[in-house]
Amino acid sequence: MKMNGAQILIECLKREKVEMIFGYPGGAVLPIFDKLYDAPIKFILVRHEQGAAHAADGYARATGKVGVCLATSGPGATNLVTGIATAYMDSIPMVAITGQVKTHLIGNDAFQEADITGITRPVTKHNYLVEDVKDLALIIKEAFHIASTGRPGPVLIDLPSDVQLQETEFEYPDKVSIRGYNPTYTGHPGQIKRAAKAISDSKKPILYVGGGAVASDASEEVRALAINNEIPVTMTLLGLGAFPGTHELSLGMLGMHGTPYANHAIMDSDLIVAIGARFDDRVTGKIDAFAPHAKIVHIDIDPASVSKNVDVDIPIVGDAKKILKELCAQAKKPDTKAWLAKIAEWKKAYPLKYKDDNALRPQYILEQIYEATKGEAIICTEVGQNQMWVAQFYNFTRPRTMLSSGGLGTMGYGFPAAIGAQLGNPGALVFDIAGDGSIQMNIQELATAVANKLPIKIAILNNYYLGMVRQWQELFYNHRYSYTCLNAPGAEPDFVKLAEAYGAVGMRITDKKEVRAAIDKAIATDNTVIMDFRIEREENVFPIVPAGEAMNKMIGGGLA
Amino acid sequence: MRHIISILVENKFGVLARISGLFSARGFNISSLAVGETEDPKVSRMTIVVQGDDKTLEQIKKQSNKLIDVIKVVDYKEGDFLDRELILVKISVAPKTRKEAIEAIESVGARIESAGDKSLCVEATGDQTKIKTLLELLKPFGILEVVRTGRIAMDITGRGLKSDGKPEVNE
Repeated sequence: MKMNGAQILIECLKREKVEMIFGYPGGAVLPIFDKLYDAPIKFILVRHEQGAAHAADGYARATGKVGVCLATSGPGATNLVTGIATAYMDSIPMVAITGQVKTHLIGNDAFQEADITGITRPVTKHNYLVEDVKDLALIIKEAFHIASTGRPGPVLIDLPSDVQLQETEFEYPDKVSIRGYNPTYTGHPGQIKRAAKAISDSKKPILYVGGGAVASDASEEVRALAINNEIPVTMTLLGLGAFPGTHELSLGMLGMHGTPYANHAIMDSDLIVAIGARFDDRVTGKIDAFAPHAKIVHIDIDPASVSKNVDVDIPIVGDAKKILKELCAQAKKPDTKAWLAKIAEWKKAYPLKYKDDNALRPQYILEQIYEATKGEAIICTEVGQNQMWVAQFYNFTRPRTMLSSGGLGTMGYGFPAAIGAQLGNPGALVFDIAGDGSIQMNIQELATAVANKLPIKIAILNNYYLGMVRQWQELFYNHRYSYTCLNAPGAEPDFVKLAEAYGAVGMRITDKKEVRAAIDKAIATDNTVIMDFRIEREENVFPIVPAGEAMNKMIGGGLA
Repeated sequence: MRHIISILVENKFGVLARISGLFSARGFNISSLAVGETEDPKVSRMTIVVQGDDKTLEQIKKQSNKLIDVIKVVDYKEGDFLDRELILVKISVAPKTRKEAIEAIESVGARIESAGDKSLCVEATGDQTKIKTLLELLKPFGILEVVRTGRIAMDITGRGLKSDGKPEVNE
């Protein structure tokens, strides 16, 4: 059947079982929008293209499916870039479609022209400029294949407006074969055998679990490996939820703002089994001092992640789920009694703590949100102190419930991501934990949330500061708060009125005693809610490992 | 340390930008880069001379391999390859030095491709030793301009790369 490019795009998205697209119209995508008008695909109209990219990302993280976003050429496309880069750094499957000026105008500095394939080359897994409508169906098939397989990531398709109108015979390929792209899924049997032996021989093993375990849907296998062999588990920010934070073998998050016991355990371990984690600088601290006695097993689907930052003794390239199944079958339970006893001592001696007084402290709010939601909510975070307090004080029990920009650290991510997560999980309770800085980076999406009747609960931990940067200025820049105070108290935007202006519900909480009731009321409200928590202004995230220090040199962790 | 890396890529629009972008984004140092079609017009070969320690080289290979349009990456080991570079050198000559210059050029098997009153254009093809020797011999006359293609290399062990990324002979 003959179809034009826009029709082919819609037809291909249907074949890829795309339920919804997040996006924003514009001149160079008019033919696509004309076909979307009566297409059986839900279109979520955001208020800024950055919101579309983050929402597609949040949808992908919460559901495991490929997120799709669509924007026009030029500024529409460049507005997607931060969201694409965010997804790239965290290996999130996404297909971004952009309009482009007509092919004969490309390179002429035409109106709303931007070289978006050039701009996104370093932040996409792959990208395409479609020059001929005959290539379109295959390109879309390849894009979804590349985005969702191997180490997932965003793929961009730039579609000139004349190609959208060109006609060709439509045929959707059933499979793709790309000679330069063949991800390895099955781990090398010899390496798995060596890893199993290393586990069996270890005395102080630890599992270090990252976002790759979530991407590979391997939490069941992580549980089995940990519990059957009595091995403690620590997680990266993106790994949270891959192993239940409530389990006694969980040490919570490690790294710069990790728990003292996780950091001490990894530094003291004799075997680290890294599962879909990449030894990021926020996790290793000073690299030469990292885990000096440990043998390292590294399971990762991306060979380039192995031995990139630390030297690995037993690399296993492949799918974490498959490899862990094999490892579970082969590993003999090591004797970790003494090790677990030592960790229990650390847990007892150095718990995460905060001042329990009458002040309204963010940690208390998060504990209350945790209790009110029984750890079952999908929690999106912004970036900064709010993000770290979530990681420390909300015990995630299931994968795909913690949505946060880990790699790129994008302020303004959480709220649009919550929109995507809520649309992907209509029955779920979805929170965005924000700061007063980051919420203002994509606040316009309140209109999207309200228009789509999304009962997202936004908790602003409002301290009038860019809290994390202020904290660094306090600790490392001699209290010189250079441009980190957004508004003096009294001159701040009124978030309650702002919520109401958009048709959402606003609440202000200034007293510790009001916290739980406010959270319960927000949960019971069938609308988007902003809770403006006026927290203790100079509360810090502790412990903290100063940048470039060894992981056991924590400030405020009780460990010297 | 210098390495010669041979990369087979899909002969598509933008591939060179992907490779050079990757190298610059990750801080890999390119000494030279030469690109051309292979026996299969859908496949190009890039020969890249890079500098770096073993760890950097490992990352270069792995990161290049991650690019979808890259079919195969090979790091040539010493003694396993034949390499050549083409160089054009323009030197200044005076009537007094002309004869001496011509002798120097011929002594290394280079050729004069264009001759003017005050200058000579010299062409040479060879390995790095030959090219270095030529440049040293010509230096005293005054080098006005140098244009080099960058090195290209070919496997001589029989395990080399055909354009489909498969070895010539099965091991």
